[in-house]
Amino acid sequence: MIGGQCIKFGDSVNTDLIIPGRYMISIDPKELAEHAFEPLGPKVQERLRRSQVVVAGVNFGCGSAREQAASCLIGAGIKVVIAKSFARVFFRNSINTGLLAVVCPAAVEAVADGDQVFVDMATGTITAGEQVFHFAPYPASLRQILEAGGLLPYVAQHVLGTGGQSHG
Amino acid sequence: MGKTFAEKVMARAAGLPETTVGQVVNVYPQLIMSHAASWRCIKSLEKLGTDKLFDVDRIAMVMDHNSPAHVVKTAADQKLCREFAQARGIKKFYDVDAGIAHVILIEDGYVRPGMVLIGTDSHSTIYGALGAAGTGVGFSEVTATWVTGYLWMRVPESIKVVIEGSPALGTSAKDVMLKLVGDLTADGATYCSMEFHGSFVKGLSISERMTLCNLAMEVGVKFAYVPPDAVTRAYLSERGVEPPDYEEICPDPDASYIKTILIEGPKLIPQIACPPAVENVKPIDAVAGTKVDQVFIGSCANAKYEDLVIAASILKGHKVAPWVRLIITPASRNIVAQIVREGIYSILLESGALITNPGCGACATDGGIMADGEVTLSTANRNFPGRMGSYNAEIYLASPAVAAATAIRGVITDPREFLA
Repeated sequence: MIGGQCIKFGDSVNTDLIIPGRYMISIDPKELAEHAFEPLGPKVQERLRRSQVVVAGVNFGCGSAREQAASCLIGAGIKVVIAKSFARVFFRNSINTGLLAVVCPAAVEAVADGDQVFVDMATGTITAGEQVFHFAPYPASLRQILEAGGLLPYVAQHVLGTGGQSHG
Repeated sequence: MGKTFAEKVMARAAGLPETTVGQVVNVYPQLIMSHAASWRCIKSLEKLGTDKLFDVDRIAMVMDHNSPAHVVKTAADQKLCREFAQARGIKKFYDVDAGIAHVILIEDGYVRPGMVLIGTDSHSTIYGALGAAGTGVGFSEVTATWVTGYLWMRVPESIKVVIEGSPALGTSAKDVMLKLVGDLTADGATYCSMEFHGSFVKGLSISERMTLCNLAMEVGVKFAYVPPDAVTRAYLSERGVEPPDYEEICPDPDASYIKTILIEGPKLIPQIACPPAVENVKPIDAVAGTKVDQVFIGSCANAKYEDLVIAASILKGHKVAPWVRLIITPASRNIVAQIVREGIYSILLESGALITNPGCGACATDGGIMADGEVTLSTANRNFPGRMGSYNAEIYLASPAVAAATAIRGVITDPREFLA
């Protein structure tokens, strides 16, 4: 089970709001996290840093292909994003950076900003207080990428068999 | 049941006899583009513990964002890319002088019908203008594909957009697409392949087809596609690319679509995407008269040669309003050369425009930054807060014709008053 306190957003939260293009100069999740949701102001940023779960409406992460939209959330301490739906590239980027992204409209409807929310990948359930919601489990191939910690470690371990050691 | 473009193109790129919607396949893209993200790909290649690349001839690298460099960090990143390309023999390396990746790769004949392309840029859907399947991915995915040659893709559902008739006065592909984004909203076609058909589309140049496919990203598509035809073949032939170099893919007449949308070209009027999101589209009458501080003619959506010709035809003999900064960023070096040769550069300059070096420019926060409370009308494809400077500034999106008319009047202006 992973999860904790959630921060809830509306529909079509775009990548320019999640992490403005001007910060693409960095790939360090911690550094990026300082600017996550900057356009929405310091109060939202502070709540983000106290949260472990992002809950959102439809089309979360629409806009740019920037992978940092997912990695900045990891840097901010987010463990899972639960949305009614995801923009295509954000969903790929989440899996590829090791950030769990779960589609579950019913849970999004039921959960309020600040609630405690927990996700169990093994059983495909989301628990919020007394309520339990089910989501479609990931295909095995995507679970393997997530379990490896993202696409690059997955490719290193399972495709190339290099284990990911740097040649320096 | 027949097959859509998406089902056929995925089958070819996966080396399978056929594919069906929903199937997950390993696809081998023929072109892998990275732009400002290239240095991140190079750095993450180290994490993979290999330096073997699947096929360097499939890699294209373009320094189009923040070019030339403004800060030492960017200069160092670009240096890394330059040296990597040199060392690894990447022939499709374009430096800071070349312009926007999407436009250059099409201009140079590298984008061909029936191909699958991926890029570290969401607007990679633009490659559909040539009957190819282009889509955006993150930088880790590009790095992995450099090495393995493939990535997984789900065969998407398809939406058929049929546009009939000829364009109405003062309108263009941009107006068609803004209207469509407004009607469908930002997630109206998420994960889908969008095919453009109809007499309107057949009559469009490659430049206008690029605008169609570019803006399709704003409804969340995975691919956009215009069926290749005589216009496509002539464009490629001018670049020395002939049918043995490519194999066209067209959908079957009885292919299955989840939705068909009909648009009547002659009934359109100029459209404006209002702040703070692209889906917030209104007909121009609703916002005409709104004062602007800056007009930006640039980006992969609308800074091509034909776009600048349209802008110049309206600006000719007029001056930009005294309170307006008109910034024009041609999409490529080739376009700059052509507008200089044909005297269009002078017309733009004499109107009071500031013409920058080619590249992504203000659409990638590279110059053209706005202060709090300022307003820009832009020909780009995104208007989210902070896209061009202050989070408290506003961006309206429109066609090059609307941009030119607005620059002259200093308020959002219907271009038809200059064209009648």
